[in-house]
Amino acid sequence: MPDEQAQLDTFPRLLAANAERLRERPAVREKDLGIWQTWTWGEVAVEVRTLACGLAALGFRRGDTLAIIGDNRPRLYWAMAAAQALGGVPVPLYQDAVANEMVYVFDDAEAQFAIVEDQEQVDKLIEILPRCPRLKHIVYDDPRGMRHYTQPQLLGYDELAERGRAFDAAHPDYYPGEVAKGQASDIGIMLYTSGTTGKPKGVCQMHSAFIISAQGGSGFDQLGPEDSILSYLPMAWVGDHLFSYAQWLVAGFTINCPESGDTMMTDLREIGPTYYFAPPRIFENLLTTVMIRMEDASAIKRALFHYFAGVARRCGAEIMDRKPAAFVDRLLYALGNVLIYGPLRNVLGMSRIRVAYTAGAAIGPDLFRFYRSIGVNLKQLYGSTETCAYVCLQPDGAVRFDTVGAPAPGVEVKIADNGEVLVRGPMLLKEYYKRPDATAESIDADGYFRTGDAGFFDDAGQLKIIDRAKDVGKLATGAMFAPNYIENKLKFFPHIKEAVAFGNGRDQVCALINIDMGSVGNWAERRAIPYSGYTDLAAKSEVYELIRECVEKVNSELAQEDALADSQVHRYLILHKELDADDDELTRTRKVRRGFVAEKYAVLIEALYSDQTECHIETQVKFEDGRTGIVRADVGIREARVFSPEQLKKAG
Amino acid sequence: MVQARNIGDVILKIDNISLAFGGVKALSEVSFDVREHEIRAIIGPNGAGKSSMLNVINGVYHPQHGSVTFKGITREQMRPHEAAKQGIARTFQNIALFKGMTVLDNIMTGRNLRMHRGFLAQAIWYGPALKEEIEHRRHVEQIIDFLQIESIRKTPVGRLPYGLQKRVELARALAAEPVMLLLDEPMAGMNVEEKQDMCRFILDVNDEFGTTIVLIEHDMGVVMDLSDRVVVLDYGRKIGDGTPDEVRDNQAVIDAYLGVQH
Repeated sequence: MPDEQAQLDTFPRLLAANAERLRERPAVREKDLGIWQTWTWGEVAVEVRTLACGLAALGFRRGDTLAIIGDNRPRLYWAMAAAQALGGVPVPLYQDAVANEMVYVFDDAEAQFAIVEDQEQVDKLIEILPRCPRLKHIVYDDPRGMRHYTQPQLLGYDELAERGRAFDAAHPDYYPGEVAKGQASDIGIMLYTSGTTGKPKGVCQMHSAFIISAQGGSGFDQLGPEDSILSYLPMAWVGDHLFSYAQWLVAGFTINCPESGDTMMTDLREIGPTYYFAPPRIFENLLTTVMIRMEDASAIKRALFHYFAGVARRCGAEIMDRKPAAFVDRLLYALGNVLIYGPLRNVLGMSRIRVAYTAGAAIGPDLFRFYRSIGVNLKQLYGSTETCAYVCLQPDGAVRFDTVGAPAPGVEVKIADNGEVLVRGPMLLKEYYKRPDATAESIDADGYFRTGDAGFFDDAGQLKIIDRAKDVGKLATGAMFAPNYIENKLKFFPHIKEAVAFGNGRDQVCALINIDMGSVGNWAERRAIPYSGYTDLAAKSEVYELIRECVEKVNSELAQEDALADSQVHRYLILHKELDADDDELTRTRKVRRGFVAEKYAVLIEALYSDQTECHIETQVKFEDGRTGIVRADVGIREARVFSPEQLKKAG
Repeated sequence: MVQARNIGDVILKIDNISLAFGGVKALSEVSFDVREHEIRAIIGPNGAGKSSMLNVINGVYHPQHGSVTFKGITREQMRPHEAAKQGIARTFQNIALFKGMTVLDNIMTGRNLRMHRGFLAQAIWYGPALKEEIEHRRHVEQIIDFLQIESIRKTPVGRLPYGLQKRVELARALAAEPVMLLLDEPMAGMNVEEKQDMCRFILDVNDEFGTTIVLIEHDMGVVMDLSDRVVVLDYGRKIGDGTPDEVRDNQAVIDAYLGVQH
């Protein structure tokens, strides 16, 4: 029915349709006081209407922006729908951002309204109030600790809902009228880029962009009201907005909000989602937890686990892809499924998963294969804030660890002469907010968006991403230098949490390394190596040896790739502190700010390119409470063996 | 920005308490009072008699002289379970939790005094006993939410780091819905961040539930920030009493802490 389809072109209309079609089906769950509470689609529609009327009573009008800050709470998702229903623009912010970082977004987005989770966020907004004079209303969800606040801007959610009901009773036609005024081409959401370089930019997405992306994705993986997903990723991230909001409304499935960030694992098990999305680091953490606990298991269990992990490695991925496999292997795999894989999927909360996606960073081949081999249909996708996280998807049966899939339905992808990936389609951003210069720069005359990623299509027509185009440089020898590629290879080792490679314009590649405190800490404890904290552990010579093995393995792999043989890491050091978003070294999505790090640790980098074996450094650090302190350390510098292709051939 | 709390009348009056173990005088003629809703700190060098004082308040130790008046009832001797029934709960300097039990079960033990069904009914877990258990569980879940320990609900306490164990102990004390909470060094051995969390929780408990709090603490920064009034003990005697500022300027207190040549 084209008529009906045509009507469902904004999110508020989708919500109204779901409230009709799926009235009694669960839309949202949240765990409260240890018990999962459910709201049906019918109830959600009422909540959103009440909230929208409350905002309208406060003076929220078409075109206004509503800042949303907090963990994934049902009421915050409703706030998005409420703002959209009034023709406004929700702007989710990263909940762990410090007050100063928020000033920029509030200022840029000209937000007069904010709806936040709790006292923690309120405190930040009160701190920045003098610098954000436009901000007039702050609504908080959780009243705990708020009793003695007297700022006139503050209002509790329940009070707002009260006003909303009164407003709705007085103006019953207001809400439906505003929903009817909405256009598919209205700006539905503004998501700020993480700002790997420079200030964050507000990406304006139309209702139609996210709806088409969500429809494409839902059709691709046959998502429907039966599905359920755990919503735990930051609401300000495009991935969460696509999976927990756009697809939620389009496919009509259930979103589940965990109790808190720390309970994610337990909640995952209890909910058993059928559809799951996580950046690689989450899959990595899950696996690390399992491996550590496996080491503590009894000898029989350990032996069983390792035996069947071997079976899965050999044939699991083939069986998942329905490719031919030996009969004996199939039998063993079936047995392993009963004894190991099934229980393991259950522990991971992945028993019911039909489709799982990862994106946002490169995923280690071993990690990727592991999940697929135990029967979790993990796939990769590719996209960005500017493209609604919807550019490429891996189809079932054609999943490869080193590609990000084929272009999604309705998306055109081409490779520019310089290797940059260009995309075009309905999912593209309308503009960067108040930045016509940036908009013009990123979209070319033919309407193609420059992703800034360098990549190419492989033989099977799947896109392979190498690195950020602007990061790809040249060594002094003239060979290509793709730092991300090297860093990802290093980070695939569980002991290495973060790595930053340098080499552009230099004669060789050197690297700064962050060890993974959990993994290396556990390793050290098993070997009775005492340590007092990160700085101490990072300086241990045993740890340097451990990391050297990792670096040399990477070097031997790089040596086999003609174009990258010169990119082997000659010298490395282990940083004395963890790179941290609070110190501006990482973005809030935990990507390294390469330029900033290079500047901050210039002393260390110079030492890497000299023949020093040690370098003293003092670094200012910000603690979580906002105070600052100094970390001093003598950082050791070590050399790693590099390989020539001939050597590898000889070694066989 | 934040309004002052309403501090009420005297709820606990310590009158001329002397406590000796054989020849050792732990407390000598100590008198002070605690008002409703206030946060009262007891400070003093090691061995000053601070923990003994708490033990006198909740009836573990019985002083040879003096009396304790709680909620208008004066008594020379009180047993710990009587103190608990009247609404005095406490945490200990050395954590005293059931290490093998989960966080949830540990906190549930704090509800023990409020469970009225016989143990047989509770064991069968049927009818009224089940209803009662659900009611208690709801209360415990509210405390878990309040202290933000959802993620360790089912974890055995022995596996938790020290800072979290302290928080669980506070949770168990809160489960009894106390009128007065005695905290023995709630922040000992914690790092700065854990201390900040604990401070926030203590203030929240005081604020949200109106619980009167008596605490022993060595971190002077914490004491000065948190407490409304401070008692200073040294060698079992009271040498200072007043607001944090008054105590800070008291010469006897300065001498006791920094030491003077005799």
